[in-house]
Amino acid sequence: MDSLTQKIRDIASDILKEGKVEMVVGFAKGTLPMTTKPYMAKTPEQTENFIWDRHCTLNLANYITGRKEKIGIIAKGCDSRNIVNNIVENKISRDQLYIIGVPCSGMVDKKSPDTLRDNCATCTHRNPVLYDVMAAEPVEEQKIEDPFADVKAIEAMDKGAKWGYFQELLTSCIRCYACRNACPLCYCPTCFVDESGPQWVGKGQNRTDIQTFHLLRAFHCAGRCTDCGACEAACPMDIHVRAFTRKLNKDALELFGWEAGLDITKRPPLDTFNPDDPNDFIK
Amino acid sequence: MKVIKIEKKEWTGGIDKSRGKYLLFGPVKESDSENEKSCVGNRSCPADSDRYIFKQLFADQFPEMGGVDTVLSPKSLIFPQTEKMLQTTLDTSVADHHIMKRVDTDYSPRAVIGIRPYDARALTLVNLNFDTEDYRDPYWCDAYEATTFIGLAVNNPSEFDFSTSMGSSPFGEEGLDVLLVDNGDEFIAKVITDKGQAFLDAAGFSKVADESAIKEIERLKAAAEKAITAKVGTGNLKRREILELHEAPFWNDIAFACINCGTCTFVCPTCWCFDIQDETKGKSSVRFRNWDSCMFPLFTLHGSGHNPRGEKVQRVRQRFMHKLKYFLDKYDQGTMCVGCGRCVQSCPVNIDIREVCNIMNSYEPER
Repeated sequence: MDSLTQKIRDIASDILKEGKVEMVVGFAKGTLPMTTKPYMAKTPEQTENFIWDRHCTLNLANYITGRKEKIGIIAKGCDSRNIVNNIVENKISRDQLYIIGVPCSGMVDKKSPDTLRDNCATCTHRNPVLYDVMAAEPVEEQKIEDPFADVKAIEAMDKGAKWGYFQELLTSCIRCYACRNACPLCYCPTCFVDESGPQWVGKGQNRTDIQTFHLLRAFHCAGRCTDCGACEAACPMDIHVRAFTRKLNKDALELFGWEAGLDITKRPPLDTFNPDDPNDFIK
Repeated sequence: MKVIKIEKKEWTGGIDKSRGKYLLFGPVKESDSENEKSCVGNRSCPADSDRYIFKQLFADQFPEMGGVDTVLSPKSLIFPQTEKMLQTTLDTSVADHHIMKRVDTDYSPRAVIGIRPYDARALTLVNLNFDTEDYRDPYWCDAYEATTFIGLAVNNPSEFDFSTSMGSSPFGEEGLDVLLVDNGDEFIAKVITDKGQAFLDAAGFSKVADESAIKEIERLKAAAEKAITAKVGTGNLKRREILELHEAPFWNDIAFACINCGTCTFVCPTCWCFDIQDETKGKSSVRFRNWDSCMFPLFTLHGSGHNPRGEKVQRVRQRFMHKLKYFLDKYDQGTMCVGCGRCVQSCPVNIDIREVCNIMNSYEPER
């Protein structure tokens, strides 16, 4: 038994026994090789199903939004940042949560298990930023020379190539909305694509409508996205949807010096107004 | 039964010959099936993808016959994800303005080459729903009837394949017009229907195979069936009361991980639910249908705002109950799952229908 897994089980079991929480959200082993599934333990015995490995690719903050119980949650760096985000946006209260922080050395790419996932390779917040207990000693954070090299490459394209790039990106989209639904930020009771009065977006396999969905979803995530990669982990068609959100992450960093989900006392930049906000775009 | 031998060196010539009489469809690399690519350096670009998809073949394109699995089933060839049904004009100077009329769709003979036996069975199950004594869905029926299905037996089942548990098999013939079996340098073609014979005639494939070919099919078939190790129980589903399963205590646990995306239903070869939309641009108006998904919060949302399946757990239950119980009870043709394993492979949160089916099948309510 991996010691981290054992430690997670022990902590989860203890907080259930002590009545600190009513449920613990974590990962259980999947039915296929290299898969895990989000799992909820309600009894100390059920915590034996928790595991921790290099395939815990989804973001568990997605499973606590709007819940009323006292919840224990297992959180790697990105999960913890989305928990912060959820608290700041009033989707759950800090008092409801008992956060079991898990230092993360990156999840692997399912398609090539010897390499880290793209987003994990450039991650600089591997340790949880908010926790009640840590399941292990913090890991060393990565120092990334140029974390947005990929975004810069797209920025450098001429208009036509850029448009072609994004058009191409979405040709295989089947509008299953797995990217949206795996995202802890996407908690709107009715998503704009599902509104029927007025209906903002057409519902067919129409290129313009598909692009509209992806572009608007990305903008809804501006200044909130933690680049956790759950969207890409969920996409059945392997679409690189982070190409949209990463550009906005870069903008948030450059314009507002902002990285999402690091501080429970600060609201996201597009949520607030400051007289010294960058306003070059209206000059 | 007639069995034809097709040497692989004759294959492309025959396929080309058949193009004179049939529109051809088959699995091709997704990167070869779209327009010109412009996504240099994009690691997830379809142009670099080795994913296969069922599409209409271009004049110089041939179906991949190497036994590839596709993320999406071929159901879209008969039942497109977005399908125009009716159209009209809003121009009041035109006679019949504002009167919806059926769009002019090409239903000339077509052939799907390389469809897997479980997918062909899946289409027969969907057909039960779209072609009933009371209702006949013209869009489905016209496309289905226009199509000749040239199947490719599954010599090497994938790890996800559990078709033998679900009334199908790697060499199943249901829903097929011809079953091709890859036998090294040749295909052995089992002629199942007259439609299938007509296709082989059009392609000029006519060498009758001998007894040994039939024996070879049996040998390969036995080996393929043996290679499927997944065992899913369905035997108790029929006698179980609907409400007992509906009220069973396990649904919350099954549904917990679900994110209510449409992946399982969209990759599924038997999911047939659709949603109808009208769109108007300028003076022209079109009514079309799109695949719907019981996983979506909009599914069965009433005009009043009430949704009988307003909660995630109710939607998840609906999917499995429809596939594994309601359909079985209604048509008595087995479950509405053919064991292709696509949803098992693609579900982002690893909800595994094999597990769910076993849980439902082994459930004994407390008396």
